[in-house]
Amino acid sequence: MYNILLGGAAGDGIETMSAIFEKMLKQSGCHLFTIRDFMSRVRGGHNFTQIRFGNQPFHAHRDTLNGIFAIDETTYLEHQSRLSYDGFILCDESLAIDDFRAIKCPLKKTAANLGNPKVINSVATGALLKLFDMPLDQAADILKASLRDDLVEVNLSAIKMGYDLLNATHHLSPVETSEQLLLSGNTAIGLGAVAAGIRFYSAYPMSPSTSLLDFFNAQSSAMAIAVEQAEDEIAAINMAIGAAYAGATAMTGTSGGGFSLMVEALGFAGIAEIPLVAVDVQRPGPATGFPTRTEQSDLKFVISASQGEFPRMVIALRDHADCFYQTARSLALAKKYQLPVILLSDQYLADSTTTVPLFDVNKIVHFDQPGPMVPATDDLPYQRYALTENGISPLAIPGKSPALVRVDSDEHDPWGQITESATIRNQMVNKRQNKLNALKEELIEPEFWGSHQCQSLLVGFGSTSGAIKEAIDILNQNENNYGALIFGDIYPLPTERLRHFAAQVVDIINVEQNATGQLASLIREEALINCDHSILKYDGRQLSVDDILNGIKNLKGGF
Amino acid sequence: MNKPAFTTYDTAWCPGCGNYAILETLTGVLNQLATPPHQVVLVGGIGQAAKTNQYITANGFSGLHGRSLPAAAAIKIANNDLTVIVNTGDGDSYGEGGNHFLHNIRRNVDITHFVHDNQIYGLTKGQPSPTSDPCDPLHKAAACNMGATFNPLLVALAAGATFVARSFSGDKKHLADMMAAAIKHPGYALVDILQPCVSFNKINTFAYYKQRVKPLDDRHDPTNKLAAIEKAMEFGDTIPIGILYQQATPTYADKRPELFDNIPLADKHVPQNAIETLIKSYI
Repeated sequence: MYNILLGGAAGDGIETMSAIFEKMLKQSGCHLFTIRDFMSRVRGGHNFTQIRFGNQPFHAHRDTLNGIFAIDETTYLEHQSRLSYDGFILCDESLAIDDFRAIKCPLKKTAANLGNPKVINSVATGALLKLFDMPLDQAADILKASLRDDLVEVNLSAIKMGYDLLNATHHLSPVETSEQLLLSGNTAIGLGAVAAGIRFYSAYPMSPSTSLLDFFNAQSSAMAIAVEQAEDEIAAINMAIGAAYAGATAMTGTSGGGFSLMVEALGFAGIAEIPLVAVDVQRPGPATGFPTRTEQSDLKFVISASQGEFPRMVIALRDHADCFYQTARSLALAKKYQLPVILLSDQYLADSTTTVPLFDVNKIVHFDQPGPMVPATDDLPYQRYALTENGISPLAIPGKSPALVRVDSDEHDPWGQITESATIRNQMVNKRQNKLNALKEELIEPEFWGSHQCQSLLVGFGSTSGAIKEAIDILNQNENNYGALIFGDIYPLPTERLRHFAAQVVDIINVEQNATGQLASLIREEALINCDHSILKYDGRQLSVDDILNGIKNLKGGF
Repeated sequence: MNKPAFTTYDTAWCPGCGNYAILETLTGVLNQLATPPHQVVLVGGIGQAAKTNQYITANGFSGLHGRSLPAAAAIKIANNDLTVIVNTGDGDSYGEGGNHFLHNIRRNVDITHFVHDNQIYGLTKGQPSPTSDPCDPLHKAAACNMGATFNPLLVALAAGATFVARSFSGDKKHLADMMAAAIKHPGYALVDILQPCVSFNKINTFAYYKQRVKPLDDRHDPTNKLAAIEKAMEFGDTIPIGILYQQATPTYADKRPELFDNIPLADKHVPQNAIETLIKSYI
C-alpha cells in the first residue's frame, strides 16, 4: 500500500494528471482512494490530490506519505513533514529542494524537447508509473478517453519518455479490478438517481454540488433527464416540486448556502406531500464559509429547516456505494411516503474518487404509486389528501386520469381546498406525522464495526465512516475493545442498536466533522443517551484515520 | 344543454373585486378550449389573485409566494400534454417573484401567465406593489411607490418575451380574446390584466381604468418590437390594451426534441441495459 501526493498551483493541471494516473493505477490492478484538496480559485494558490493505492480496497485517506510529486517548491514545503523517511519527492531538476529524498529529473527539458512544455505532468506520470513498476500498455487507451484527440500523441510520448527516466523501486502485486468502478461520490449519486429513474434535476451551481449538475447535463439526452440550471436555488427546488407533482421523478442538489434558500419550499413539499429528494453536499459554513472544503455541520439544520412541523427523512451518505444505493432508495422512499428526503453528503465524499464494486441495478427498490384507488366522479371527486390509517393518501398524477389533483402550500382539506377549520387542521397534521410511524419501521440501523464485546463505542455518521472503521481495526489490534456505530439513516434516528451498545459500553465517543457535536446532540435528544467524549474537527480538512487515533490517544493515554 | 366542463366554486374575494370578472372570463375561455379539465393545471402563488385556481374545476397547484412560475414551467416540462396557466398578482409576479419573472421569460416554456394587476397588495391590506403609481407629494395616497414604478411589459420585452399583452377586467370580451390568444401562443405568454382593488386602491379604480384603456388599433404591428416598446411605455392618460408584441420563437421543448416528443417526459423509461452500460463506462 502506498500513499502519494501530487501538488501544484491551480491551473497546473494536477487534476487532469491525477485522473489519468488513477485510471492507470486501476487498470494495472490497484484499488485506490483519492482525495482532492483545492482552493476556491481558478489559477495560482496550492492544490493537491492525494492517492492511496494498493491491492486491497480503501475507504479513507491516511496522513503519512510515501511519495510527493511537486510541481513547485510550495508543494514540498507544505507536505514534506508528512513524507516518510524512506519516501521520495519527484520534481524537476530546476526546483530548489534540498532534501536527500528528492528525485530530481529533467521533466521540463523532456517536455520542451517534445515541443509542448505543458506535457510536463505526463512526463512525471510516466516516471511515477516506472517508480511503482506499473505497465504502460493501457496508457494509449486511457489518454484517448481522457484528452482531446490532438493531445493524445504528445502526451503518450511524454509518458514513455518519463518512464525511461527512472528505475522501478516499488512493487505491488496486482489484483483483479475489472469488476470495480472508479468514480467520485457525486458521480455515484448521479448514477443512483439514473438507476432510480430520475427524469428531472434542477440546481444552481454551487461547490461542492456542481459536479452533480454537470453529470446530469452530460446524461440529459441519453438518460431522458430534463436538467434545469435555475436562476437561484429557490427556483431550483420549486421546479423540482412542480415536476414531481406532474409525475416526474425529481431531485435538486446544492450545498448549505443554497439549501438555506430552499428552506421555505422544503416545508411546501412537506405540507403538499410532494415526493422530493434534495441533496445537500455540505461545505464549511456559515454563509460562504470554505467553498471548496468539507464539513458535517448541516445535520441539525436540515433536520429542522423550514417553519412549522412536517415529516421528513434525512440520510447521511457514508461512502461511494451509499451514494449510489441510498440515492436510489431515497427517491423510492420519497414517493412511497410522499415527503421530502434530504441526502447529506459533503465535499470529501463528493470529490474523492475510489474503486468500488460494480453497482447492481437489480438491487434497487423501485416504488410505483398505485394511483387513486377510488375513481373520481363528479359526485365523488378525487381526494388528494384522503385520510387513511397510515397517513399515506393514494397519489394521482394530473392528466393521467379524470381525477383533478389539487395541492396547496396552505392547510387544506382532503380535496386539496384551502381550509381554516380547526378540525381538519388537526386531522391533516396528524395524517402527515403519521407517515413517520410507517417510515420508522423500515429505517436502517447504523452499521456496527468492531468488537461486539467493545467497552468503548465510537459514533459517527456520513463520510467519516471509512476513517472510523479503519481506526477501529487498528485500535482492536492492540486491545479488542472498540466498536463503532456509523449512521446512514439519521433522521428519524434509529436507536435500537444504539441503545443496545450504550447499555454495554463504558464510554461513548462521538466523532464528527463539526465544532459542536451535532450527532451527539441529536442522540441526546432522540435517545436520552449522552456521549462521554468528542473527537471533532472543523478546519475544512477531513478527519483522517490518524486524527481519530490521535484523538483516542489524547482521551485515553498512550497505547 | 350539457353542463360546462369547467365550473366555479364560491370565492373568498371582496364583493365587487375585479377578480370575479377574470374568473368568469377565464372559465368561459377554458370551456371554449377542447382541453378537458384534467389536462389543465392552474398554478398560483400567494395573494388574492393566486386563489383563482381554488375556484375552478381543474387541476390546481397553489404554491409559494412568488414561486409559481418555476413550478409551472417544471409541470409543463414534466408533462408537455398539460395546459399550464398561472394566475397570480402583481406583488407575487413582479415583487417576490421578480427574478423568476425574468428568467422564465428567457426559459420560454409553453406556459401562460395571467397577472391580475391591481397595483396594490390586497391580501395584506393596502401596501404598495411594484406597479403602484409613483408617490406625488401634493396628492398623498396610501399606497404609492417612493421608488420607480415597475413596468412589467417593458421588462418582459427587454427580457425577450414572445407574447406580451395587456387587458382590463372591465372589458370581458377583450380579456377573453387576450386569454385565448395567450393560451394558444407557443411559449411563455404574459397578459398583464388591469383590475381594480375595490377595498384598498382608491386611485386606480374601475372608472380610472375605464377612462384610460384604449384597445390597440389595426395600425399597431405586433411583430414590431420597437413599436411594442413604445406602447409599453405608454401608461397615463391613455393605457393601450391588446397584444403589444407576439413573435414565433422556438420554445423550450422545441429545442430538445429528444426529450419532448409524443411521450411526456415523466412517462419516459430508460432501458435497464442502457443504465448498466452507463455504469460500466466507469470501470
